[in-house]
Amino acid sequence: MSQCYPFFGLRFFIGAIKYLRGKMSAEGGATGYIVHHLTPLSVGEGFWTVHLDTLFFSLILGALFIWFFKTVAERATSGVPGLAQNFAEMIIEFVDTQVKDTFHGKSELIAPLALTIFCWVFLWNTMDMLPVDLFPMIGSLMGMEYMRVVPSTDLNATFALSLSVFFLIFFYSIKVKGLFGFIKEMTCTPFGPWLMPFNLMLKVVEELAKPISLALRLFGNLYAGELVFILIALLPPVVQPLLGFPWAIFHILVVTLQAFIFMVLTIVYLSLAHEDH
Amino acid sequence: MSINATLIGQMITFSLLVWLTMKYIWPPIIAALEERKAKIAEGLAAAEKGQEDIKLAEKKAKSVLKEAKEQAAEIISSAQKRANEVVEESKLQARSEGERLIEAAKAQVEQEMLQARENLRKEVSALALRAAEQILKEEIDKAKHQAILSKTAEQLG
Repeated sequence: MSQCYPFFGLRFFIGAIKYLRGKMSAEGGATGYIVHHLTPLSVGEGFWTVHLDTLFFSLILGALFIWFFKTVAERATSGVPGLAQNFAEMIIEFVDTQVKDTFHGKSELIAPLALTIFCWVFLWNTMDMLPVDLFPMIGSLMGMEYMRVVPSTDLNATFALSLSVFFLIFFYSIKVKGLFGFIKEMTCTPFGPWLMPFNLMLKVVEELAKPISLALRLFGNLYAGELVFILIALLPPVVQPLLGFPWAIFHILVVTLQAFIFMVLTIVYLSLAHEDH
Repeated sequence: MSINATLIGQMITFSLLVWLTMKYIWPPIIAALEERKAKIAEGLAAAEKGQEDIKLAEKKAKSVLKEAKEQAAEIISSAQKRANEVVEESKLQARSEGERLIEAAKAQVEQEMLQARENLRKEVSALALRAAEQILKEEIDKAKHQAILSKTAEQLG
């Protein structure tokens, strides 16, 4: 159906044919195909279900990120930088500028946190650019029924990030303002102490909105993007490049932009947590 | 789509990544960047200082050149003055030497004249004696009349 990769050898080729034939006929046509592509490879029951594909790919991408930057950091020189160092420095200076523009306190954590978020989320999102059938096909050849390669299309992944940020907001709010100061801010702003319950309600909603909006924005954008790629993959092969190509180009923007937005909002939220009113 | 234990796994991975970044990645790269920044600033400052030094050196060279020219002019003028002096002096010396020479020549001439006069007198006296001798013939004894003869010779001189 969609992108074919003939260089995996004969066994893979036959497997691919079987896979592509099977994916349309067996599980209820187009709907079955879409559902199949959006179902994670999971183990366990109830809350203790674990999405193996999400964990695996995000771990691999995280390792890739750490490996690249670690290699550069080990060989970092203040002289003339090489190609890799130049690239890493470009990203780091970009992140550093964002942090310095927004966050005026002194923190050892925020800049590395922002770098990690930006790069990791960017790599997650970039998985979206891979052909939608490539990894599910390889997975099915290795006996895995489901395979969803874009970690950002998993709410668990996006919420894991945003909840970590949420805890950090809490931590820094209490650390900077003190427990009393934090309680005071939660209850006595914005309308003064006489409207305490109303203030508290407003503040709780405001604070909760932060992680939820962070996670859902990233998830929604990438989930929708991936869905469109899957829909394009359902079209006749001649039409696919006509739509897939512009959508992929558009997605270069989305991929970067969503990673950037996640990073910038994290910095903004954390600098708000550091500010005393 | 449900929230489940994957969330916890992802959070652990995330904290691990952040920790690694914080510990091993951010500090060395930022340190390299800061160091390079310092190096560049240093280089720019050095270049600026060099330019200033050049300006200063040029100024100094100009003043030294000017001083040297002045000194040379002074030396030349003093040398000229000294040369004039030497010429004057040697002129004066030459004049006095000439005068001295003329004086000496004059003195010599006078002396020679005196000598000649003396010789002449002697000869005249001898001539007179011979004449007297001839007149008196042998009447005069040379030894006897020596005193008179010399007295006469003296009177003739």
